[in-house]
Amino acid sequence: MPLRVLILFAHPAFQKSRLNRRLLSAVRGLENVTINDLYEEYPDFQIDVKREQRLLLDNDLIVLQHPFFWYSSPALIKEWEDLVLEYGFAYGSGGTMLSGKLMLSAITTGGPEPAYGREGDNYFTIREFLTPFEQTARLCKMEYLPPFVVFGSLSSFNEQELAEHAGAYRRLIEGLRDERFDLRQSPLPDYFNEILTAQADFV
Amino acid sequence: MESEGLLFQAFVYLLAAVITVPIAKQLGLGSVLGYLFAGVVIGPQVLGLVGQGEGGVMHVAEFGIVMMLFLVGLELRPNLLWGLRGPIIGSGGLQLVLTTIGIAAIAVAFRMPVQVGLAIGMIFSASSTAIVLQSLSERNLLTSKAGRTAFSVLLFQDIAVIPILAILPLLAVSGSGVTTDHSGRQWQRALVILAVVLAIVAGGRFLVRPIFRYVASIRLHEIFTAASLLLVVGIALAMQKVGLSPALGTFLAGVVLAESEYRHELESDIEPFKGLLLGLFFISVGASIDLRLIAQLPLLFAGLVLGLIVVKFLLLLIVGKVSKLERSQNFTFAFALAQGGEFAFVLIAFAAQNQIFDQRVGNILVATVALSMVIAPFLFTLNDNLVQPRFSSRLPEREPDEIDEKDNPVILAGFGRFGHIIGRVLNLQGIKTTVLDLDADQVDLVRKLGLKVFYGDASRLELLRSAGAEKAKLLVLAIDDEEKSMQIIETARKHFPKLTILARAKGRDHAYRLVREGVKHIFRETLGSSLDLAATALRLLGVRAYEAQRIVKSFRHYDEKGVRELAQYSENPDELLSHVRNRILTIDELFEAERTRVRHSDTGWDPPKAE
Repeated sequence: MPLRVLILFAHPAFQKSRLNRRLLSAVRGLENVTINDLYEEYPDFQIDVKREQRLLLDNDLIVLQHPFFWYSSPALIKEWEDLVLEYGFAYGSGGTMLSGKLMLSAITTGGPEPAYGREGDNYFTIREFLTPFEQTARLCKMEYLPPFVVFGSLSSFNEQELAEHAGAYRRLIEGLRDERFDLRQSPLPDYFNEILTAQADFV
Repeated sequence: MESEGLLFQAFVYLLAAVITVPIAKQLGLGSVLGYLFAGVVIGPQVLGLVGQGEGGVMHVAEFGIVMMLFLVGLELRPNLLWGLRGPIIGSGGLQLVLTTIGIAAIAVAFRMPVQVGLAIGMIFSASSTAIVLQSLSERNLLTSKAGRTAFSVLLFQDIAVIPILAILPLLAVSGSGVTTDHSGRQWQRALVILAVVLAIVAGGRFLVRPIFRYVASIRLHEIFTAASLLLVVGIALAMQKVGLSPALGTFLAGVVLAESEYRHELESDIEPFKGLLLGLFFISVGASIDLRLIAQLPLLFAGLVLGLIVVKFLLLLIVGKVSKLERSQNFTFAFALAQGGEFAFVLIAFAAQNQIFDQRVGNILVATVALSMVIAPFLFTLNDNLVQPRFSSRLPEREPDEIDEKDNPVILAGFGRFGHIIGRVLNLQGIKTTVLDLDADQVDLVRKLGLKVFYGDASRLELLRSAGAEKAKLLVLAIDDEEKSMQIIETARKHFPKLTILARAKGRDHAYRLVREGVKHIFRETLGSSLDLAATALRLLGVRAYEAQRIVKSFRHYDEKGVRELAQYSENPDELLSHVRNRILTIDELFEAERTRVRHSDTGWDPPKAE
């Protein structure tokens, strides 16, 4: 039984993002993968909470795919969390509806990898910036997977690079869906990109 | 040569119409008068482009009336017609009897024989279906109470032509012997008539639909048009054959077909023919006016035409009163029908044949009726501009309701298509709202739905006070009358300065006035939905939903700002124009300016510029 995957995609200016267009179309139409394009669905931020909760219940892996804006997600993801992850549904007394599910952040950043670290302009690592998401998953009794990150989109990728990133994302989603990765190894690496590379080397 | 003559005639008629009708329209006189005038101009006595012997043209033209009634029938479903049976027989019958007797009495007073008087009475009792329906529909009055009553009367007149044609020979001074001869055949005729009517109803029900389905399946549009015309021509012919009014027959066919799926196609196919032929008809009426005769006897004609119109008008007022028309509606009704009709021409010719009166009297009657038809459109204008305004100014005859809710935080003035939405939203939030409306029908309707609405004019100080304006927080103006809205604002400002006003604006000009009045919360009534539509259009064209919404929202801000900026110049149209012109020269530039101002401002989520 493959896992059912829900991709919560958020980009307020999707039309301006070459990279995210490529990433999203790489996983569009995959079996057992549902794409929920939040800005397209809720341009007025009027989120249909019941629908979103139903989608969560229907899937095993929740992917938050978005660009990394000001060290976090676009605003609609925050609105989504605030409204959908209700007390009594996702956390708190009786809030066990999401327990045991997997959560994954799939992120694109403008800056290059070295900028995220003590030596770089941003000082903190991506993993550190993502702790609010990690803790959100933890509170909802979900397992937070190492994030998948595409760095350096500002340097405008050429066609070959775009194709590589898209291919990696597709392998990631398909692999997770078909449980091809060994998630029991501990400790898991900080970024899923490392697991993908290791596997690619292995194959 | 023959066809050349026909082409030349067509050229003259069309040219006259194309020149005069737009002028008449622009002068606010309506298209009918334009056609009539065109007829006078090209007629034998002015330019002489069309001769006197144009009986053929008149016949073709009368077919316009036939088509018009077919179209009217199409609009009228059988149950609707059945619902009109009271007014048709009641108002129609009363009108005909009153007018015939009234005019006959006057004729007798002028020492005419009773028979001649009755004949003239019947001839003059008919009104012009063509003029009345055309003028009423130009004014969107066909569905008003006056319009419906007028239509019923016209329909009765149409039906009455048949018995009148039967009665006229009886009035012939020397012809009492002829009648007994006829009576045997009357029975037969009645049977034939009944059979034809039944055939039309049955044919319309069971035969026409499969035929049209077949014709439509061929997918040749002109053949469908041909079939539509064939239907109308065929019925008209059959009706003529049995001596019935062709207009009546096609009207019946229209009613029968009103519920068929081809109704709209039939309508759009026949419509242009009707329009042209009707125009032709009016032109021929204009051309048939014997100007020389009128010039010889100007006083006689002035008296006849004036008498005809005044007598008909007064009697129609009585009919309207009996038909329970409210006063303003009654005037519209009486002005609409106070003229002679096209059937008069037929009846006059028929009466002259039967030697009820001689040809000279006939000519005078024809000219009288035609002149009254020329004047008819002016009567409509008179009613629009001088009579109706008197009614609207003192419309609220009903006393305002006693308002028993005085402590509500919101007063909502106007509970029509705009206000009722506001009322519903507030109601859902449990916010107590005092609702006022000036439309008595609307108030009663909403009351029936169980909502509390008070009848009353919110521009009156006492009413605002009794609605609780002293204590209320908000005054929502959702009425669509611009002047009234400004009036209410003035009153409210003066006496209840603490009230916050939220105003609906009919359009830009109204919005300008509201801005100048210092109203802060202004809502142009169609802005929201136009922008919603624009956003959806963008979305369907592939623009991302969120982007579409941002585009529309920034447009809204830009436009609202523009209204507020321009409002200061708007008092003086010249100044406004020059101000706009100073900044923007053409529409193109306006659009270009909008493009740069609105679109380029959205740099949201642009990546930082590479250094």
